Amino acid sequence: MRMPDTQKVHLSREHAAELLRAMLLIRRFEERCAALYSAEKIRGFLHLYIGQEANAVGIMQALGPEDAVVATYREHGHALARGLPPSEVMAEMFGKATGSSRGRGGSMHIFDAKRRFYGGNAIVGGGLPLAVGLALADKMQKRCRVTCCFFGEGAAAEGEFHESLNLAALWKLPVLFVCENNRYAMGTAIERSESVIEIATHARSYGIGAETVDGMDVVAVECAARKATDEIRAGGGPRFLENRTYRFRAHSMFDAELYRSKSEVEEWKKKDPIVLFSHWAEATGLLAAGRQEEIEAGIMRDIEGAVAHAEQAPWEPVADLLSDVYTPASGGPTS
Amino acid sequence: MTGGRKITYREAVREALREALTRDERVFLMGEDVGRYGGAYACSMGLLAEFGEERVRDTPLSESGFVGAGIGAALGGMRPIVEIMTVNFSLLALDQIVNNAATLRHMSGGQLSVPLVIRMATGAGRQLAAQHSHSLECWYAHVPGLKVVAPATVADARGMLWTALCDPDPVVIFEHAALYNDESEVAAGGDLAVDIASAAVRRQGTDATLVTYGGSLKKSLAAAEVLAKDGISCEVVDLRSLRPLDDRTIMASVAKTHRAIVVDEGWRTGSLAAEIGTRTMEQAFFDLDAPVGRVCSAEVPIPYPKHLETAATPQVDGIVAAVRGALRR
Ligand SMILES: Cc1ncc(C[n+]2csc(CCOP(=O)(O)OP(=O)(O)O)c2C)c(N)n1
Repeated sequence: MRMPDTQKVHLSREHAAELLRAMLLIRRFEERCAALYSAEKIRGFLHLYIGQEANAVGIMQALGPEDAVVATYREHGHALARGLPPSEVMAEMFGKATGSSRGRGGSMHIFDAKRRFYGGNAIVGGGLPLAVGLALADKMQKRCRVTCCFFGEGAAAEGEFHESLNLAALWKLPVLFVCENNRYAMGTAIERSESVIEIATHARSYGIGAETVDGMDVVAVECAARKATDEIRAGGGPRFLENRTYRFRAHSMFDAELYRSKSEVEEWKKKDPIVLFSHWAEATGLLAAGRQEEIEAGIMRDIEGAVAHAEQAPWEPVADLLSDVYTPASGGPTS
Repeated sequence: MTGGRKITYREAVREALREALTRDERVFLMGEDVGRYGGAYACSMGLLAEFGEERVRDTPLSESGFVGAGIGAALGGMRPIVEIMTVNFSLLALDQIVNNAATLRHMSGGQLSVPLVIRMATGAGRQLAAQHSHSLECWYAHVPGLKVVAPATVADARGMLWTALCDPDPVVIFEHAALYNDESEVAAGGDLAVDIASAAVRRQGTDATLVTYGGSLKKSLAAAEVLAKDGISCEVVDLRSLRPLDDRTIMASVAKTHRAIVVDEGWRTGSLAAEIGTRTMEQAFFDLDAPVGRVCSAEVPIPYPKHLETAATPQVDGIVAAVRGALRR
């Protein structure tokens, strides 16, 4: 792990512990989700974020509660890093009425308006135009906030990616685009889907300042995010980060992983963002011996609490099936 | 016809693809993850190794781009089969399908035709929530210039593709995602192609007609079975082709049973069921002993939890109740 230039990152002991805690929470939460999927408590699609934790956690450090986040169907990590309570996220996975989207969305559609977490979008590329619009609203209302939009490198092939980058640059909108380049869109390797494999190049071609970042290094991600958000807040228009990362698990629980070799996965696991960071933090004295165990224990309690909550939470009654198709006051048609 | 054998719907699609690629040099398959991954629903598993990257083409995530490229390739003399993972993602290609594929023949005064086949999965039932569970067949069936088919049986999954490829105009094939594991007997060899214009009577009956298609066929047949135990005899019409609609088969059945219930996984408002109800009223009004009934999806984006997804989509109980309602028994 490279020593950060600590330009903007103040790596106190607390902060180091917090970075580790946030990444570990995602890891352990999702490991539990995988088991719950096998137990058929979680259904539908489940896209695990394991391996990519440094991205959500690093980026969120640079965002405040007033900023907005738009994510994809692989968004459990972003939701947790944004501070959504694990119990609400878990209940959503179960489809229970106390879930963050009242159970209606499931794993792919986690929303939390209070925390300005705008989902949870299962259409690849679908979130980018939304982020542009949120930022447009801020700019038009002269609010100094950032909208951060996460997506995979697969999205870079969609028209909506290019349309959104152009609009954001043209109108100088406060958007932080974060491409988590994990090298595969389902089973399609980036070399087989992109004519230019450095995604940041596209952003530059629209006149957007862009950087490639080691997405396995939480401190590097945080540094890059702080720099980018500072520039955005100063009125510099959109910024783009291409974070090089890797998913350790299958695309979803249905994927037999015929398109990549086990050895490739093992190679990347050597760059496990959690292991790298905790070793480095211990070596530099930022993390006291035994601290990680304490953190782990706390996380396990939170996760057990979340699962217990989800287990006993009620299902939404069928009588409510048609609610929330329209906002009640609008008096929209109901049948 | 040689002796029968049992295959799944998925295998039927794969065989049909293999046959097409073998029979006609101009045929190629393209779409997201059709090659290395083997297809989102594993329909094209193994075809890349068999036919190579030129003819089993993985595309980037660019629905509008590769569907448009399919249209262009069809204009240029190829016979593309474009796979879109699901109807939900086809919305990103709607412009190409509606504004180009469907119009080019007419707009060019008959100079051009677009012999393109587009296949996509559709439908709910797997708890994939509101962006992965649509049944939008009706949107495509609305558009002149397209032909739209929905194979509901293994034999149709096996036989419709070749006929669609022989058609000079764009054909959209909807495969309901809940059907891929269904197994059934098909002929071992010979020409398995089937027509893609007529409806089929899947069960004979005298008291009421269930008009349905795609993933709702098996539910309708199951409902007919339940009703038969109570002495109610249902005829089940499988539309097969959603555009054009085979009015003759529908009306002939209604003339016999005097009652029609349409079972359609699309949302009720502006549905295929609405279209069929209206046609029945126009063409068979005096044959009817009861208003045409409809069993459709509830007017709500499909929710994730099983109990709500089930409540939102047509089920056997609801079909049985609708038939009883029409018969007042
Ligand atoms: C418009 C659209 N097309 C296809 C899909 C099916 N699909 C879901 S995820 C995915 C791969 C996306 O890869 P990437 O954007 O790199 O994100 P990652 O899954 O790696 O996080 C595909 C093809 C979809 N959800 N939306």
